[in-house]
Amino acid sequence: MDWTRILINALEASVGLQAVVFALAAIGLNVHFGYTGLLNFGQSGFLAVAAYGLAVTVATFGLPFWLGIVIGLVGAVLLALLLGIPTLRLRADYLAIVTIASSEIIRLVVRSVTFEGTFGGSDGRQNFAAGFYSLNPYPKGNYNIGEFGFPERVMWILTVGWALVGLSCLIVLLLMRSPWGRVLKAIREDEDAVRSLGKNVYSYKMQSLIIGGVLGSLGGFVYALGQASIQPDIFGTDTTFFAYTVLILGGAARVGAPVVGAMIFWVILSLTDNVLNQAIDAGYISSSIINNTQVGQFRFMLVGLLLMILMIFRPQGIFGDRREIALDAR
Amino acid sequence: MPAEENEQIGQAPLAPTPRAETGTRRDRRDAAALALKGVPHEPGASKPDPIVVVDDMLRQFGGLTAVDVEHVEVQRGAITALIGPNGAGKTTFFNLLTCFDQPDSGTWTFNGHSLTGVAAHRVARLGMVRTFQLTKALSKLTVIENMRLGATGQRGENVFRALFRSVWRTQEGEITDRADDLLARFKLDTKREDFAGSLSGGQRKLLEMARALMVGPEMVMLDEPMAGVNPALTQSLLGHVKDLREDGMTVLFVEHDMDMVRDISDWVIVMAQGKVIAEGPPDSVMGDQRVIDAYLGSHHDAALTEEDEEQVLAEAEEALERERAENEEAKH
Ligand SMILES: Nc1ncnc2c1ncn2[C@@H]1O[C@H](COP(=O)(O)OP(=O)(O)OP(=O)(O)O)[C@@H](O)[C@H]1O
Ligand SMILES: [Mg+2]
Repeated sequence: MDWTRILINALEASVGLQAVVFALAAIGLNVHFGYTGLLNFGQSGFLAVAAYGLAVTVATFGLPFWLGIVIGLVGAVLLALLLGIPTLRLRADYLAIVTIASSEIIRLVVRSVTFEGTFGGSDGRQNFAAGFYSLNPYPKGNYNIGEFGFPERVMWILTVGWALVGLSCLIVLLLMRSPWGRVLKAIREDEDAVRSLGKNVYSYKMQSLIIGGVLGSLGGFVYALGQASIQPDIFGTDTTFFAYTVLILGGAARVGAPVVGAMIFWVILSLTDNVLNQAIDAGYISSSIINNTQVGQFRFMLVGLLLMILMIFRPQGIFGDRREIALDAR
Repeated sequence: MPAEENEQIGQAPLAPTPRAETGTRRDRRDAAALALKGVPHEPGASKPDPIVVVDDMLRQFGGLTAVDVEHVEVQRGAITALIGPNGAGKTTFFNLLTCFDQPDSGTWTFNGHSLTGVAAHRVARLGMVRTFQLTKALSKLTVIENMRLGATGQRGENVFRALFRSVWRTQEGEITDRADDLLARFKLDTKREDFAGSLSGGQRKLLEMARALMVGPEMVMLDEPMAGVNPALTQSLLGHVKDLREDGMTVLFVEHDMDMVRDISDWVIVMAQGKVIAEGPPDSVMGDQRVIDAYLGSHHDAALTEEDEEQVLAEAEEALERERAENEEAKH
């Protein structure tokens, strides 16, 4: 077995495109769920709106790249308003139901045959990333330290992606340290108490939904540009639940948690994938027990197991505060 | 009143409400008593200077009428107790007054503003702040953060200004000073950095009350502020409630302990089955036959005859027998 290759793959996964995308999605969810207590089960919808906003603007209508970004962002804000207006006055579960349904509706609409001309059906959209890569400051070539490294296109999207992650974390940090963030955290604890102190709870929940949605939508842009291609099925409910996994791994309501959570999540997936595949190829594991095509699913079972173990021994997540969890038991 | 307590008040002004120019707690109490002197002791009596006026308020839950108040007024600057047996509708009435619940019909005003259809947070901003029967401490916020949250008009609560600390830092400092004063008064200063969720039940009651005062209300509505609080702490809580009147606030509170009601209230409103059945100063109300009936059930004095008693016993035994038989059956 080639352990160097396994470790390098793991290292690349820790800073790779998927880690960036899920870090951004989970940073948004952290604002919703971790800080405000909003159960948004449709985060993939925000990613989809951003990715399709950009791709359709450029690929279908031939409009400029920057306009695509603007349209994606406006789309994310509109989606938040659309989800929030009818549900945020109601009990928390209504938002959960509406968000999970709406993200599926978005996916089914963009993959439908009826709108194939606009959204590209199940094949999705390509040829929209040129505007982005024309801005690439990295000259052509591979940027490696030993065997670890990326070609110039990947370097560019990762640079932009991690800059967005850094900026998002900074914004969340500043907001959550402020009186505004205090109101959000208080709403998570008990919204009637907050109302009794004269705060417009509905407005704060709406602001939280918009900000978390827009932060998540950045993940949609990064994914679309990184792959230079999007398909509707990327934005299924799995994406949302992976983002939740990432958030809970790291520890909800901690600024850096989604980032570390995302890195760990993709490192585990890469490690299990590579180790199992190589072990099967080398004959250490009989393919009657598990074969290469099953590994892809099996590694998610391992992540699930890991999450269970984590919840038993460290329910607050990696960064969480044990004292806070202890309060729930009172 | 002991001079020591008055001194304490002098050191730590409660809220931004203008402090009473006139001296001591006793003055305020006398003023309230004087103002209420000529008010007839009957349900719906009108007061010389009402801050809250309620008319024909009705709230039903399905077939159950929880609140059905024809007319009630609350005197400004006085401590009014709202008493009544369990399920009388006191909490529901509180919810309606503060717009946490909507009545099926009725009108009510606070300081002359109609509150029909007003959002609950606006009621608080108008100066009517309430606490809850089931205490709502914000568990994962520290005690001091709970307190800071109460302050109104915070610049840093706007999402754009929140990003720039320099914009709200000074104000935050002022708020913290005010919060610390209040915490000291409520003997919670040692708990300043603890999570509110780690406080005891009584301490949470204190925190909730102190937090409500951070809003700087004109009227405080306390739903059973003394429930579950130990007697030693009760005394200090009573003192705090009296201090509120001293600071020119109006207090309306729900309480089951009659000694306490007698001790601090200027006026008592009695509810039973959703209606206001009696009003008056504590002593007169507690001797009222309607009130005694409401509390003990109207037939409390009609003793059972011997025959009745036998019948009741026989029925009970029969029921027991049946249950035993069913249990036997279930076993087989
Ligand atoms: N949300 C609700 N749904 C149905 N019934 C309700 C609801 N809230 C209150 N009630 C009913 O209304 C009546 C009045 O309740 P409320 O809580 O106002 O009583 P209370 O006077 O505060 O009693 P306590 O002294 O026990 O706190 C009760 O019979 C209660 O069952
Ligand atoms: Mg009650």
